[in-house]
Amino acid sequence: MGSSGQARFIRLGETSRARIALTVDGETIEALEGDSLLVAILTARGRLRRSEFGPEARSGFCLMAACQDCWVWTADGHRLRACDTPARAGLSLVTEQPELSWPNRA
Amino acid sequence: MAEPRIIIVGAGPAGIRAAGMLVAAGLRPVLLDEGQRDGGQIYRRQPEGFTRTPEQLYGTEAARAVALHQSFERLKPQIDYRPRHLAWNVADGVVHTISEGKPGQFAYDVLIIAAGATDRLLPVKGWQHAGVYSLGGAQIALKAQACAIGRKVVFLGTGPLLQLVALQYHKAGAQVVALLDTSPFLKQVLALPKLAARPAMLVKGLRLVGGLMASGMAIHRGVTPVEIHGEAEAGVTGVSVRLASGEIRRFDCDAVGLGYHLRPEAQLADLARCAFTFDAKTRQFWPEIDADGRSSVAGVYLAGDGVRTQGADGAEISGALAACAVLADLGRPVPEAERAALREQGRIMERFREGIAEAYPWPAHLAADLPDDAILCRCEGITVGELREAATEKGADEVNRAKALTRVGMGRCQGRYCGHAGAEIVAAATGVPLEAVGRLRGQAPVKPLPVAAGEVQP
Amino acid sequence: MTEPQRSDVLIIGGGIMGASAAFFLRQRGKSVTLIERGLIGQQASGTNFGNVRRQGRYLPQLPLANRSRAIWGRLNDLLGEDAEFLPSGHLRLAYTEEMAERIEQYGRDARPYGLELEMLSGNILRDRFPFLGPEIRAGSYSPLDGHANPRLAAPAFGRAAKRAGAAIVERAEVLSVEQEGGSFRAQTADGRIFRAEQMLITAGAWGSRLSQQFGEPAPLVVHGPQMAVTEPVPYALEPVLGIATTIPEEIIYLRQVKRGNIVFGGGIRGPASAETLRAYVKPENTLGQLSQITRIVPALRRLNVIRVWSGIESYLPDDIPIMGPSARVSGLHYAFGFCGHGFQLGPGVGDVMAELIATGQTSTPIEPFTIARFAGGATNQTGGHP
Repeated sequence: MGSSGQARFIRLGETSRARIALTVDGETIEALEGDSLLVAILTARGRLRRSEFGPEARSGFCLMAACQDCWVWTADGHRLRACDTPARAGLSLVTEQPELSWPNRA
Repeated sequence: MAEPRIIIVGAGPAGIRAAGMLVAAGLRPVLLDEGQRDGGQIYRRQPEGFTRTPEQLYGTEAARAVALHQSFERLKPQIDYRPRHLAWNVADGVVHTISEGKPGQFAYDVLIIAAGATDRLLPVKGWQHAGVYSLGGAQIALKAQACAIGRKVVFLGTGPLLQLVALQYHKAGAQVVALLDTSPFLKQVLALPKLAARPAMLVKGLRLVGGLMASGMAIHRGVTPVEIHGEAEAGVTGVSVRLASGEIRRFDCDAVGLGYHLRPEAQLADLARCAFTFDAKTRQFWPEIDADGRSSVAGVYLAGDGVRTQGADGAEISGALAACAVLADLGRPVPEAERAALREQGRIMERFREGIAEAYPWPAHLAADLPDDAILCRCEGITVGELREAATEKGADEVNRAKALTRVGMGRCQGRYCGHAGAEIVAAATGVPLEAVGRLRGQAPVKPLPVAAGEVQP
Repeated sequence: MTEPQRSDVLIIGGGIMGASAAFFLRQRGKSVTLIERGLIGQQASGTNFGNVRRQGRYLPQLPLANRSRAIWGRLNDLLGEDAEFLPSGHLRLAYTEEMAERIEQYGRDARPYGLELEMLSGNILRDRFPFLGPEIRAGSYSPLDGHANPRLAAPAFGRAAKRAGAAIVERAEVLSVEQEGGSFRAQTADGRIFRAEQMLITAGAWGSRLSQQFGEPAPLVVHGPQMAVTEPVPYALEPVLGIATTIPEEIIYLRQVKRGNIVFGGGIRGPASAETLRAYVKPENTLGQLSQITRIVPALRRLNVIRVWSGIESYLPDDIPIMGPSARVSGLHYAFGFCGHGFQLGPGVGDVMAELIATGQTSTPIEPFTIARFAGGATNQTGGHP
């Protein structure tokens, strides 16, 4: 399975909300107005990020801003906690930790 | 005395009822809440634009949820309500907040902390894989976002939430592969006398069990978790447990909801220097309070699931009682008859809480028996074996020492999800009683503090 | 445990000073008992920043710091454990021309002591360390300095000393010390009695409580360092970074550990109590530090702080420690009050004190640190290590 994987979350209703488009790792995904970033990403793909200290993909855990497992990055390097950040149209996100030159790009 | 500065942290059932009682007495508290909307976790509101009815969202508790939301709407103009304000620290009579990246300070004479609870977790080998969620998390996916955490879901652990979320998932149309409860059925039978303290709640619970039986999902009680199977990239692929019969059975799934009841979010109380005490029944430390919610620190009051896991109804009562204590301590008139009734209800809630704790006990032995290669700390990727080695080979028979040597509890979640299990592992490995193994000291920030906050001085 | 224990040397206080002294005394064949109120390395030794820095120190302290640095370099072999020492360089930075001149002068003054520093400024500095903020004017680079994990170092010394045969007695608070018939006697709160031919007091913030029992009080005051750490990010900041400044709010130092977290501290010190054993981080100090670390490395503004902590550090009026023999009692020695910069010195202090106790002399000069300087209530030279 590639970096995107198949969708992890399944929508069980509330699907008549307005559609919005976001970019994740360069691919456009479709989400719904009112989605959290976490739900927007996981209804399109299988993971949010990768563990810093193990080989495994991560996809959040508590969904109530307590476990801090669901951080993703904006394309320009800012961090967002996906479970309590609303998805907004046009957001561009990356799910890989920015590379070793991060401190040189203030 | 001038108008006292009263701060309530948390806009869930306890915080809202405390605010209501204070407003009724002519006071105007500040209500700080991390959430976007009021209601806390249990009566969490869905975002604007969602259309499910309260009955769909809150089931048998719909009327109470609506009542709480409505009373909050009435209160709103009479309090200083600050949503999206994380209280990240408290020191010297000031609550420090962060909101939209900006730091803020709220000085207080009276502080009521109603910070709620998070899932109480116990690791299972493989729980670090993508697709494993806390039970609370699984419920939020459904309640706040109308999603299931996977195509085929297993619920594993124990506690009232385990059964409730499993049934909610089933009713919403998700495929629940199995409900795997570590508590033997006998424990629930033995707890009946205490559970009968709240007959209506007991009936709801029995109906819930009936609903589960009728759902057709596989239900096993008295199980021992063995492993959550998974692959680094694809995440969860299955769960293996040892059934009460001794048979090891594997359930294929792509998502697991995992939890062992709840634990108080007591970090703010800790930072406010409230004393903690060990509860031998639930095997955890929690803040000391008197019957009305006074902490050991003058002017600091604790209410709701953030101090004792009584559930939403108990939280409403304890919030109102804490407000009564505030009024009494400020020398203001207290609604005596109401307080007497609240205290009586509070005693019933406490008896019921004990019943739930006995019916769905924290399975300490499961932590003690975890294999060395299981990940204990999800944040830092620390294994059970590393902690055991520090405990036995390096003399770390106290949790803060074990944390210093191994990093267990040092990650982003600050030990919320590995702390209790880590203490059990240290206790079992060293033979030191859990009470002496201690608790992880609270350290600010309560949740990550953006460095950029330093650019905006309050 | 009712039998009084007897050894050649009794060490009171199991921070990095006491633990390393126990280790080096065993290497010199002395029998050692180390008594610690809590656990080895639990107070200042375990809560400090973790700097293994020589540059900026009080110049007469450099021989000791050099000796210590040499031990840091072979610490893992010596102890058989990893204390995460990383000789990744130390960069001392200046915002102003005045401070740039001062660190340059320090570089000239340090050379005779064998500490070679490299002065960098302008584009050369920025090309080499492109993460530095625009306010940084100049830097002094010490290539062989670095950092280590304070949570691990002292306990590793304690375990190595134990393996080498030292008696390490934890959770035993010494209440009284005295000389009795030519030997030393210590009694713990639980009534145990320990005796030895010589005594070394390495009790940090609690050192003066013991030294005053021999008529040598020291004017210690306690403060809590204000420490914090970010979430982990890819390892990219090699040198330890510190600001040379005379403005207390501007004092800040930071380092990135190999796992990725960035540890920082500095600024206004916080409240600490040697009585309650607690020290606190003031929230406003944390916010103040945040505004300072982004002046050094602006990219840090994207990160989050996940934990703060403090500890109990003891300071003396002249900002240098007490180290050496007692001025009044033969066979009695002190090493405490390291004024917030003892971690780097720890291994060297242990080595020097072991040499002193075993041979009666030391090949490294430590005269400036004698407790005798407080005997008349007067203080002499100031240290000045920004």
